[in-house]
Amino acid sequence: MTTTKVVLRFPPDLTDQPVTYNLIKEYDLMVNILRGHIIPKEEGMLVLEVTGKKKQLQRGMDYLAKIGVETQKLSKDIRWLKDLCTHCTACTSLCPTHALSVERNTMLVSFEKADCIACEMCVTVCPYSAMEVQV
Amino acid sequence: MKTIQEINEKIKKGKAVVLTAEEIIGFVEKKGAKRVAEEVDVVTTGTFGPMCSSGAYFNVGHAKPRIKIGGGKAYLNDVPVYTGFAAVDILLGATAVPDDDPRNAVFPGKFPYGGGHVIEELVAGKEVRLTATTYGTDCYPRKKLETRITLDDMNEAVLFNPRNCYQNYNVAVNLSDRPIYTYMGVLQPRLGNANYCSAGQLSPLLCDPFYRTIGVGTRIFLGGGTGYVAWQGTQHSPCVPRTDLGVPKTAAGTIAVIGDLKQMDPRWLRGTSFRGYGVTLTVGIGVPIPILDEETLAQTAVRDEDIVAQVVDYSETYPQRESGSLAEVSYAQLKTGEISLDGKKVPTASFSSYAMAREIAGILKDWIQKGEFLLSEYVQQLPSSDSGIVFKGLQEKPIRFKKAV
Repeated sequence: MTTTKVVLRFPPDLTDQPVTYNLIKEYDLMVNILRGHIIPKEEGMLVLEVTGKKKQLQRGMDYLAKIGVETQKLSKDIRWLKDLCTHCTACTSLCPTHALSVERNTMLVSFEKADCIACEMCVTVCPYSAMEVQV
Repeated sequence: MKTIQEINEKIKKGKAVVLTAEEIIGFVEKKGAKRVAEEVDVVTTGTFGPMCSSGAYFNVGHAKPRIKIGGGKAYLNDVPVYTGFAAVDILLGATAVPDDDPRNAVFPGKFPYGGGHVIEELVAGKEVRLTATTYGTDCYPRKKLETRITLDDMNEAVLFNPRNCYQNYNVAVNLSDRPIYTYMGVLQPRLGNANYCSAGQLSPLLCDPFYRTIGVGTRIFLGGGTGYVAWQGTQHSPCVPRTDLGVPKTAAGTIAVIGDLKQMDPRWLRGTSFRGYGVTLTVGIGVPIPILDEETLAQTAVRDEDIVAQVVDYSETYPQRESGSLAEVSYAQLKTGEISLDGKKVPTASFSSYAMAREIAGILKDWIQKGEFLLSEYVQQLPSSDSGIVFKGLQEKPIRFKKAV
C-alpha cells in the first residue's frame, strides 16, 4: 500500500461531479480529505491523502488527469526559507495543520514539512517572503 | 541611588552588572528589588517589529555637471523619494511603493517591493538605481540622471524614524464575515484569529513606563548600529489609562530615533510586505535602562502577565475611528498562542518577533559588558503622564473658496 498527498484543482464544470466518490468506488482507494475549498460553478480545490495499491493509485491519477482535474503532489511544494524568517509567528495561527508552530519558551518558529498541506496561507501572510512555493 | 556617570565608570572598567529585561524578572523574584537595585547597573530591552513611520535621508553627492534633484523627481530602484530639500539631499520613506505597483487594484495587493526593501538592500551593500528628472538652472544645468549607487558612494545616509517603539498596542481581530487585510496582518472572519504586535516585557517603553531614563539624547541599539532618541515619536500619547504598576493599557508613548545607516546591519532592518496593505520596514531597537534606584529597577522587571492590551475589531471599530475594546488580555495570555473571546478559543500570533527582541537585548548587554557602549544621559525628558497631551483625531473643516474678483 502506498500513501500520497495531492492537491486537486477543479475547473468550473467539474465542481459538481462526484470525483472523490469515483476515486473510492472505481479505483479502490482510501481517501482522506485534509482540506477543501469549493465554489460551485467557479473553482474547487481539494487536498487529499490517498492510500491504495501503487497500480490503483496511478490509475486514479490518470483518471483525474483525463477528466481535467489538475493534480499536484504535496509537501514538497512549500519551502521555509529559515534565513529570511524573523520568527514573528504571524503564520502560525493560520496554519491549519500546525506544520508551522512556535516553541513557546524560545518563541522560535519551526516548520514540519510532513504536516504541510500546501494551502499557501503562510505564503500570503508572511511579511518577509520566508515561505515560498516551489515550482 | 546610582548616577549614570557612576555606571559608565563601571562599564569602562568592565565591571558593570548587566541583565536583559527578561533575565531581571527571575532575579528580582529571587533576591528582592532592593538588593537587586544595588547589584545591577543596567537592564537592556529590545524590540523587532514593523514600524511604518521609518525612513532614511541621503546626500548622494554632486554629479558632474551638476543636477538639482531638489524640486525635481527622483527614484531609488523605481521607488519614489522626496526631493523637497537641497540639490542632492533626498528622503526615502519605508512605505513608498513604485509608481507602477498595482497596489490594491487587484485585491489584495502583494506589495512585494518598496521603500523598506530599498533601505534593507542599501544596508546589505547592494547597488541600487538612482534616477532623477528635473529642471535646469544656470548653476545646475543637468535635467536627467541615471546611475547605480551604493551606501558607500553617498556622503551621508541616515536612518530617521519619526515614530518607533510603540509603548503597547492593540490586539487586532475581525468580527465581520469576510477575511480582511490590515497592517495587523490577515484577519480571518468571525474572530478567526487575533494578532498583536509588541515585545511585551522586553519592549523598551514598557520597561520605563514614565520615561524616567529614556529621553531625547538616549543612546540606543538601532538597526545593528548605534543611534539616538531624537524626540518623542509622532502620536506620543502618554496620558492614557494605566495599570497600578503604571503600565499603559493601550498604545501610548513613542520615540523618534536617528542613526548612521552605514553602521547598520540588514539583519535588523527588514523590508516588509503586508498583503492588501502595503510596504514597511521592520526595525531592531534596543534601549539600555540605567538602574538608578529601586523604582527604575522594579519597572524594568515588569512581566508579560502584568501588561495588558485591548482587543479591537479591525473590520468596523478601527476603520471608522470608533472607540471600543472587546476585551483586555495580557501578553502572557497572548504568548500562549490562544486567547478566549466571547467563549471562543481564538488563536494568536504576533508581528513583533519576541525571539529577535531577546537577541537584541542580549547583543546590547554584550556591548555594554565589553565596555563598547556607554550610556548617555537624556538632554530633555519626554512628555509623561502629567503632560496633558491629548492624541487628537482630524477634525475636518469645509474649505470655502473665495469668489474670483
